[in-house]
Amino acid sequence: MTALVKLDRIGGRTAFRVAKPPVSGMLRPRLLLVNAVLTVLVLLVFCYGMTIGDYPLSLGEVVSAVFGTGDGGALFVVRELRLPRALVGLLAGAAFGMSGAIFQTMTRNALASPDMIGINAGAATAVVGGIVLGVGAGLSTQALGLAGGLVGALVIYLLAWNRGTTGYRIILVGIGVSSIYISATDYLLTKAEIYQAQEAMGWLIGSLNNRGWEQARPLALGLAVLAPASLLLSRWMRILQLGDETAKGLGIPVQRARLVLMLAGVLLVALATAAAGPVLFVSLVAPQIAQRLVGLAWPPLTASALTGSLVLLGSDLIGRNIMPDTQLPVGVVTGVLGAPILLWLLGRANRSGQGG
Amino acid sequence: MKRTQEGLPLRLTGLLVAVAVLGVLCLLSVWLGSKSIGVTTSWRLLWHNDGSSEAVIIHDLRIPRTVLGLLVGAALGLAGALMQAFTRNPLADPGLLGISAGAAFAIVFAIAVLGATSLYGYIWFAFGGALLATVAVYLLGSQGRAGASPVRLALAGVAVTALLGSITSALVLTDPAALNRYRFWSAGSLAGQSDAALWRVAPFLIVGGVLALAIAPSLNSIALGDDVAKSLGRNLAAVRVVTVVAVTLLTGGAVALAGPLVFIGLIVPHMARAITGPDHRWLLPYSLVLSPCLLLAADIIGRIISRPAETQAGIIVALVGAPFFIVLVRRRRLAEL
Repeated sequence: MTALVKLDRIGGRTAFRVAKPPVSGMLRPRLLLVNAVLTVLVLLVFCYGMTIGDYPLSLGEVVSAVFGTGDGGALFVVRELRLPRALVGLLAGAAFGMSGAIFQTMTRNALASPDMIGINAGAATAVVGGIVLGVGAGLSTQALGLAGGLVGALVIYLLAWNRGTTGYRIILVGIGVSSIYISATDYLLTKAEIYQAQEAMGWLIGSLNNRGWEQARPLALGLAVLAPASLLLSRWMRILQLGDETAKGLGIPVQRARLVLMLAGVLLVALATAAAGPVLFVSLVAPQIAQRLVGLAWPPLTASALTGSLVLLGSDLIGRNIMPDTQLPVGVVTGVLGAPILLWLLGRANRSGQGG
Repeated sequence: MKRTQEGLPLRLTGLLVAVAVLGVLCLLSVWLGSKSIGVTTSWRLLWHNDGSSEAVIIHDLRIPRTVLGLLVGAALGLAGALMQAFTRNPLADPGLLGISAGAAFAIVFAIAVLGATSLYGYIWFAFGGALLATVAVYLLGSQGRAGASPVRLALAGVAVTALLGSITSALVLTDPAALNRYRFWSAGSLAGQSDAALWRVAPFLIVGGVLALAIAPSLNSIALGDDVAKSLGRNLAAVRVVTVVAVTLLTGGAVALAGPLVFIGLIVPHMARAITGPDHRWLLPYSLVLSPCLLLAADIIGRIISRPAETQAGIIVALVGAPFFIVLVRRRRLAEL
């Protein structure tokens, strides 16, 4: 009679095997610990961010208002104004982080991220076109951004398809397509009236200011489907990282896997961009930070998502407090927060396996 | 062996054709502009400066502008090819090591904090900022026992770029006057640069170019991976330092003169690689010639399509270069880095 759960020590690592249902895997204590610490930090920043503002509240008041108790003023401020904004930050950060991890693993390139290979650029062109030319009047900025991101990704995939794609070709075509989008955006901006240009610039930088339930709700729904799906796909992702030939030999349907992964990554980033604007750098830096925190050779999805949320919420907190009278948009701050963390982690790593 | 014998004349012919095209583009750049001057008049005035207003336009505006396009284009093409070889990453552009972010930050700092107003002042700030940013990236990326591996340098460059970019946008957002002047520079254009500035920066570009071409054979062994390169007797640390110095001189000078046009250095080496294959002894000369071709062509088109106004060369480079680029990289057998 075998035990229900069997633990083995193989090469200094602990593997577990469950008899029924037949599941096996590797126990990674450091990954679990990092995820737990990140979760706590994200929750703290999430709640603390809701306490500050013109109507200061204590942490206890915020938590009880989230759960629907407390006095009317606090209830209104938290549930109608601050909770949706914080949720957009939390969810968009997670989506950026996951999407970045998917793209970096799929293309085997640490510099690849949805904002470098043209998906954000498509969304930006659609939104700026909507503002300047009045294309799709009546559609919200959010819908335009979503449509633009998806069309941008579709164009990249179709152009990169020549009896199959490779990660390398997707990157190159992405560079080309995104440059067309970027110059189209630049051109539209030079042709715009000054007030239109200001409105467009405000969206292009990426911000959480004035975000409400109408942004938070679709984002939450999308993430509820895409996050579990991406976690299931992460098995393919890690095998694709070994190269197309090896992956094929291990029984992975390479082209279909790449299409589905890209679809998940694109939907995630398009939803997040539609809600918060093309916040730069989060999708690039979050997986890199997460990978170095957990000490693995690939960016883990959950930790990347948590890091993304932490970077975005933390940046928003800094942006709201650093200057007395103005709220800096979060897109300006992500670099200031994310870059030093990445630099510190780079300097700390002393093996090339970790320093990558 | 047979391949080399067949391949050599073909690649040499290709390079000569590219040089000829570049020569034609130079003449077109002198001839075409918002003031129309006849072909024969232009040709005569090119060699004899008779002091007429047409001659002034050609000698004081169009020739410096053409030379600027040649220098900046060549510098960015070479620097892009070097960066991609050095990092073994197709996403690497000449500004990857924080060079253009450093230049942009220095310019905004000079305008917003020190109150600089002249274009002459910008150039040295841009150049200095580019140098400082690269040194910072190199130091940050090479600390620790692992030393300066390409991925770590690239990531350090991305991080420094994001950091400086954030501070730059914060400064620009809070100072409308700085925003106004910064936009003028950041659009990236060949117009409005004096030839005095050109001659001051040119020596840096030339030194960078000589270093780049001298290092080309070593880059071929670097492409095989650090371990193979080491066992082939290459001094990795020396090659890296020379590459970084060359890229910094080339990109820093080009960005100071014409603004952040680094995109051209991202795509031209890929185009050149699609023609020559991965041999850097051919890739670098091809990048050197093709890049100013694209930049001058974009500049000329920008002058013509919206006469009498101009469309910035940076915008046209992407619109003209990118479709061409996509056709090249869609080919089935693509030489990868």
